[in-house]
Amino acid sequence: MTELKVPSVAESITEVTLSKYLVKDGDYVELDQPVCELETDKASQEIPATIAGVVKFVAKEGEDLKIGAVICNIDESAAKPAETKAAEVKETKVEKKADVKKPAEVKQTTAPVEEKPKTEEKKEETKQSYAANTPSPAAEKILSEGDVKAKDVKSTTGVGGRITKEDAINAVRAKANMPQKEAFSRGERVEKMSRLRKTVSERLVYSKNSTAMLTTFNEVDMTAINQIRAKYGDAFKKKNEVSLGMMSFFAKACCLALEKFPSVNAYIEDGNIVYHDFCDISIAVSTPKGLVVPVIRNAESLSLAGIEKKVKELAIKGRDGQLTMDEMTGGTFTISNGGVFGSLMSTPIINPPQSAILGMHKVQDRAMVIDGKVEVRPMMYVALSYDHRIIDGKESVSFLVAVKDFLENPHKMLLGADPVELLIEI
Amino acid sequence: MSNYNVVVIGSGPGGYIAAIRCAQLGFKTAIVEKYDVLGGTCTNVGCIPSKALLDSSEHYHNAEKAFAEHGINTTGLSIDFKKMIDRRGNVVKQNNEGIAYLMKKNKIDVITGTASFVTKNKISVAVGKGEKTEIESDKFIIATGSKPTKLPFIEIDKKRIITSTEALVLNEAPKHLIIIGGGVIGVELGSVYQRLGAKVTVIEFLDKIVATMDEDISREMLRFLRKDGMEFLLSHKVTGAVVNGNEVTVSAENKNGEKIEIKGDYCLVAVGRAPYTTGLGLENAGVKLDEKGRIEVDGNLQTNVPGIYAIGDVIKGAMLAHKAEEEGAFVAETMAGQKPHIHYNMIPGVAYTWPEAASVGANEQDLKKNGVAYKSGKFPFRALGRARASGDLDGFVKVLAAKDTDEILGVHIVGARAADLIIEGVVAMEYRASAEDISRMSHPHPTYTEAFKEACLIATDNRALNM
Repeated sequence: MTELKVPSVAESITEVTLSKYLVKDGDYVELDQPVCELETDKASQEIPATIAGVVKFVAKEGEDLKIGAVICNIDESAAKPAETKAAEVKETKVEKKADVKKPAEVKQTTAPVEEKPKTEEKKEETKQSYAANTPSPAAEKILSEGDVKAKDVKSTTGVGGRITKEDAINAVRAKANMPQKEAFSRGERVEKMSRLRKTVSERLVYSKNSTAMLTTFNEVDMTAINQIRAKYGDAFKKKNEVSLGMMSFFAKACCLALEKFPSVNAYIEDGNIVYHDFCDISIAVSTPKGLVVPVIRNAESLSLAGIEKKVKELAIKGRDGQLTMDEMTGGTFTISNGGVFGSLMSTPIINPPQSAILGMHKVQDRAMVIDGKVEVRPMMYVALSYDHRIIDGKESVSFLVAVKDFLENPHKMLLGADPVELLIEI
Repeated sequence: MSNYNVVVIGSGPGGYIAAIRCAQLGFKTAIVEKYDVLGGTCTNVGCIPSKALLDSSEHYHNAEKAFAEHGINTTGLSIDFKKMIDRRGNVVKQNNEGIAYLMKKNKIDVITGTASFVTKNKISVAVGKGEKTEIESDKFIIATGSKPTKLPFIEIDKKRIITSTEALVLNEAPKHLIIIGGGVIGVELGSVYQRLGAKVTVIEFLDKIVATMDEDISREMLRFLRKDGMEFLLSHKVTGAVVNGNEVTVSAENKNGEKIEIKGDYCLVAVGRAPYTTGLGLENAGVKLDEKGRIEVDGNLQTNVPGIYAIGDVIKGAMLAHKAEEEGAFVAETMAGQKPHIHYNMIPGVAYTWPEAASVGANEQDLKKNGVAYKSGKFPFRALGRARASGDLDGFVKVLAAKDTDEILGVHIVGARAADLIIEGVVAMEYRASAEDISRMSHPHPTYTEAFKEACLIATDNRALNM
């Protein structure tokens, strides 16, 4: 009997939540087959079996566990059940047979299948059965009454993808849990705060209470960047297999401005100020589970394409809950884009121990006075929330003006200053 | 203010089940029955009494024909026909009382009398001579069932020329029973009297008996019944029947127009059943009938008049007690806002002849006609240990499965216990099981059910284990 324990996920993590088991109690698992999913403060992580055998649950789903606590036992002495194999062969065979006419060929096709198909393949084939999503008589009634279509139900217990009564009950319950507008309803719902949500709330309150936070605003004329994106967007995508978005420009502009104003890129630590020679830019990403803040390391040294690729990679990982602890720790400055949701203006909260955060917003055509004339320009409000303890007003405002200047005059980003001014050395 | 939420008209298996389900779902429910006893055709003059007589006659038949082989010798074997008929009566009575108890238990008011619609929310019930009471209800379920069909050129005197109703309460066993119609009712009642010693002649218009069943079943039944001595005149059109004293003469002609005459002491007219709506005053409620005189219903079994539903033999579909029962529960649940289903294709059909025949799903001739690619697995009971032990060797299980997916499309059984075995086919089909699914399930040995598994093995891969 081998104990499967909560592994040490990261230095700062002492407790995790067992969010769900990926196998059933008593199931036979292969080595490295994911057994359960743990949710930590920042990420969720699948825990693979350390040995092949029969799983015996110890901890319950939803339970909070300390590092090193036993999740489940794996009985490696238990033989792999024969039925599993037989079932696999059978499933496969039915599938194969559909394509095969002569009985003689059936034998041939079934033979290689005996070589223990992978669990995943079996699942796949179960779904493909002609009876997949066929509800049992009781399930059919439950689905009708719950207004759930059989094709939308995930069969977890039925043979060949059939929908059992249990599947139907779960599907209808899942639908009922989705928020529904009901006239004059006074209903309430209590849900356990996820570990991620708890961490987010603690950190935000800590940030508000422990910093001298205030926000400065400015606005950016996006004409130049829009022109670049319109002109070079296709070529950029063709070359780099990633779209040329706004984030790369903002990250680059911030890196250049951070180099000019190092206190914006600094931490307060034990009465000292820690300055950074690098810019690790945290990007706030909204995921199905909540807000996560993965980090683009050494953004100052990356090309725009390099930044875009990293942003895309982190966003996908965040969406799929695949971000690791390492990818979310550190960061010297944060960019948050509320504009994607339509925000016109906001005061972002600093992500401690960082000292400042840039808020991007929605680009909107507005009437601007340019050289004494009213012109329509694509404008974005930008906000910089900063810790006044180490960043003075002059620095913060100048930082934001510098960001604005880089964005409105992208050619300055090439060398960190106006090329002409550099040339004539003024 | 209505007296009731739901009033069910007719207390057959459809009606009384509907009433119970309504009561369970919290409706204030009443049931109206024309006769003094509850249960309708099924309980009083159909399924139950016919099965009582079938079983009695089977016992006699076994004693006469099969006991000797088992080493049981009988002498002086005789039939007390009156006692047999009385027993039948007692069986019916117990069922009547059972239903009455269920009505009481579920607090359903039983109103005895003939119901007739006054408006769509009111019926008048003739409770005695000239006495009438009016009952209002939010909803009605019409479950008035069916009556034996008559032939226009034959007068049914109910003494010598009879219907199934009278055939179950005869005072004597017929000597020569002539049956018009080789359907399920005809061959079942024919079996009863044949076993009790009567000569039985069945005249059928078509070239086969029990025509709705799979052709294999129909052929096999014909073979067994003929072997037992029943006479069949297939492809014969009956032209008349006349009574002369204790003798009935039935005239018919064959395909070539040649006339024949058969003389017997009783003639049973079993040419089907027709929906029964006489005196129901449907016109007062505005309920429409279809061209065959059945009450028209929609997918919820509601008539064209909202709030009036109809179930069972009085609407379209197979005239089977269990079909009516499903519809009764369906309507009650639908009225309660639930969304039940009935899979009509999966309602089994049974003939209680000896051996029994039962089927569910598509039959082979339908699959052929519709161009469905199928495979067939047929396994004879004869090859089973259990069948050898009991001596009931006749018959087979036939499983029809889709050629590509192996999904079971139909199951047809003829043989001992077919009526009970068929349910495995129903369950399999409701879950869309493949033939291989069934052949991989453990079937107890030795039982008749093994034939089902073996037929599935044949349908899957032609790999029967015991043949």
